[in-house]
Amino acid sequence: MHSPQPNPDARADDWPSELYRILKAADVRQMSYVPDAGHSQLIRLFSADRDVTTNVLTTEEEGIAIAAGAWLGGQRSVLLMQSSGVGNCINMLSLSAIGRFPLLMLVTMRGEWAEFNPWQVPMSRATQPSLEAIGLKVMRAETAEDLVETVESAATLAYDSDQQIAVLIGQRLIGKKKW
Amino acid sequence: MSVSSKLDRRAAVAALLTDRKDTLVVSGLGSPTYDLHATGDRDDNFYLWGAMGGAALIGLGLAQAQPGKRVLALTGDGEQLMGFGGIATIGVARPRNLDIVVIDNQHFGETGMQASHTGRGVDLTAIAAACGFAATGTMRTLEEVQRLAAQIAAPADGPRLFVIKVLAENPPRSLPSRDAVFIKNRFRAHLGFAAA
Repeated sequence: MHSPQPNPDARADDWPSELYRILKAADVRQMSYVPDAGHSQLIRLFSADRDVTTNVLTTEEEGIAIAAGAWLGGQRSVLLMQSSGVGNCINMLSLSAIGRFPLLMLVTMRGEWAEFNPWQVPMSRATQPSLEAIGLKVMRAETAEDLVETVESAATLAYDSDQQIAVLIGQRLIGKKKW
Repeated sequence: MSVSSKLDRRAAVAALLTDRKDTLVVSGLGSPTYDLHATGDRDDNFYLWGAMGGAALIGLGLAQAQPGKRVLALTGDGEQLMGFGGIATIGVARPRNLDIVVIDNQHFGETGMQASHTGRGVDLTAIAAACGFAATGTMRTLEEVQRLAAQIAAPADGPRLFVIKVLAENPPRSLPSRDAVFIKNRFRAHLGFAAA
């Protein structure tokens, strides 16, 4: 298990470890995810952490409901997915919006930068407007440094101010997918 | 094809919850929410008026956060069919304190009483068993529901899913608050968490 303390030796591109540290410091106790290469390191870090319950989902909207249940029971939850999964979440997000349930989603973008698969492009265009249409606050980051700061701010807004937030992680930051 | 039932849904839910003690209950939208409210409004009830497919998964998040308490997700066949994949997610998560009870009238009762998948032969208990649930069962009489109610507080090795087959009818609605923030804060206060 990694320490939640800042790691002065962390490499600039090791943003997943920094996100893990921030989310641990925010007392996140549950993490749900749909597998995604961009999140693979963060998924590994949480899965190895006995203090965090992780759930692998069959579809992204399950994680919205789990996060609401976690909050009802007094725990903070974070949800990891790709932008293609945002489209699956829209109706379930009414729960977070109408109940003002704290919600933090970290969304890696597909279809917007060095994308090899054209089928990813339409949902990349729809991701931010769909989330905003159902009432979420959308924050975006394009660099590792900006992402770490953005997630720290988003965690406070979500868990301390009952906001529903999606942080979009630009595809440029993930890097070109190698096949 | 599934066999229709003569069991009244309100009588079944009342029998199921008659001695629920400190069980936390989440109800799915539509009739299960009305059925739960008809047994008496309580601080430890969380009623859904939407979020179709979410009741059992809210139950999962809650059960994981409150491992010392028993959690019951009361849902309908239509809602659980929409949350089909959630049965696999719960099976993998393997909470020992979560029960899903499907009040199954084999119809989409809110939207015109068309026969649902369970009314056309899909067996949710077989799905749950295949997903690794610790126990499953189907109840068709009040006596069977009463036996389930007596057993349900006992410790379990994992999640359980029970189907209660009921008559396809819409009894008079029993309407809880639709204010989700109020219901949420009341529920959390019951568990000792201050309203944010």
